[in-house]
Amino acid sequence: MTALRRRRMDWRGLVPVVVLLAGWEGVSRSGLTDPRIVPRLEGLVGLFGTEIEEKALLANLAASVIRDVTGFSIGAGIGVAGGLLLGLSPLASALLRPSFDVFRQIALFAWIPLIEMWFGIGESSKIVFVVLAAFTPTLINTVEGTRSVPAKLVEVGALLRYRRPQMLLAIYLPAALPSILTGVHLALVQSWLATIGAEYFMTAGPGIGTLIIEGRDRFQMGQTVLGMILIGTVGFVLNRIARAAETRLLRCRAA
Amino acid sequence: MATISVPEGAARGRRIGFAPPIRLIGAGLLVPLLGLVAWAVGAREGWVPPQILPAPDLVWDTFLDLWQSGDLFANTLVSLQRVLVGFAAGAALGLLLGTAMGLSRSFEAYASVLFTALAQVPALGWIPLVMLLVGIGEPLKLIIIAVGTLVPVAWNTRAGTHAVPPGWFEAASLWRYSRAQVVWHIVLPATVPQIFVGLRYGLGHAWLALVVVELLASSEGLGYLLVWGRQMFQLDVVIATMAVIGAIGFALDAALAALERRLQRWQVVDP
Repeated sequence: MTALRRRRMDWRGLVPVVVLLAGWEGVSRSGLTDPRIVPRLEGLVGLFGTEIEEKALLANLAASVIRDVTGFSIGAGIGVAGGLLLGLSPLASALLRPSFDVFRQIALFAWIPLIEMWFGIGESSKIVFVVLAAFTPTLINTVEGTRSVPAKLVEVGALLRYRRPQMLLAIYLPAALPSILTGVHLALVQSWLATIGAEYFMTAGPGIGTLIIEGRDRFQMGQTVLGMILIGTVGFVLNRIARAAETRLLRCRAA
Repeated sequence: MATISVPEGAARGRRIGFAPPIRLIGAGLLVPLLGLVAWAVGAREGWVPPQILPAPDLVWDTFLDLWQSGDLFANTLVSLQRVLVGFAAGAALGLLLGTAMGLSRSFEAYASVLFTALAQVPALGWIPLVMLLVGIGEPLKLIIIAVGTLVPVAWNTRAGTHAVPPGWFEAASLWRYSRAQVVWHIVLPATVPQIFVGLRYGLGHAWLALVVVELLASSEGLGYLLVWGRQMFQLDVVIATMAVIGAIGFALDAALAALERRLQRWQVVDP
């Protein structure tokens, strides 16, 4: 997706936000709706306060983020390694690529029942699921990147009598870096989605996904909305970090 | 320019990868076949209990059973219908929103903050909220699928509209095009490729959202079949259903890609 151009903050953008909040508050005050479904806004802010005080929110948040980062690191690591293998070895590509292409057609969440059966409903299942989510986009983009290394660069490497490891480190990796980073970025987005999804289905243990499902089960709209805000915020922050890291790494490469 | 003497044999045989396209016909089948054999032998010898991995022939029989009994077909139909209705609604809204934000500066100024904020929450994150509001019936599924579709479609349509060269609008105003004509003759043809990027993402998201929502709350559809198989400890049903989900996901994407090629050919022929 294309990046938003950075614009000066425009007050007009706040109008619909205010209208939405005012509408919410109005409906809530009208007394026509169940206060559990449409809680007062101050109640929501209060809830945020108490949740933080009781540390429950932070514990849930930390659990989710750690899960996400663990699964993401493993998945992206395997993805880059596998992508380099498939991208550089025609034999490996001929052997494995078709199978991989078949497997990746299966919608990510369709793996959940199988993973549950194989790994139980504990922590390991959730991590495995996140690994799966991070692995696919990294692998595809790494392969793409190694394929698009200009032939001239490879010839330069050959001229310099580079050995395989040198070739990999000095020619292929830097040239494929933009594409690899795209894959890693996509993987970061996917693994956050997968973390939340895994927590919906495997509700044992703390997590933001578990928090909002609990909110629904107890008819606590406040808790659910709070969870959603956190999902959005964490997703946004992860995205920003990835983008910053991307620019930085690519600048290093250029230097 | 200094000439560089090429060391003998340096250019040959040293490159790793970037290989001449060696076509190893059938090599791609080798791994799945070996896997299948290992799976079959493993199941027969009882290395893995059938609750963990049922034998491949059992999975195949189950698939045929499900097909012949009509269960698979009926559930697939339900899922497809949901995804198409939800996708159509989400895509229409997304196109409308994206075009409006792309064309009108003031509309964009009003809408973009809220849109960007809401777009940060993936469709998955909306499920519990929508459940609280509309229950777990059919509207839940359609809303979630539509939300999943709307965001990428709107996002890409807006980006595509922004990318239309300003000169084209100037030309249109010289020809005294009406607003509708501008949209129809200038904006739409110029943004078709980007819109299709959005639509393909959207359809992918819609299919994913469908699976999630059916897994969470449904009494029919492919996702339900997965849950049912899991609860009965019948992994053969789960695996057969996964295969169908993969095939349909592939077919949906391929269909949209074919449509895209067709539309773009039309675009070239008809300037």
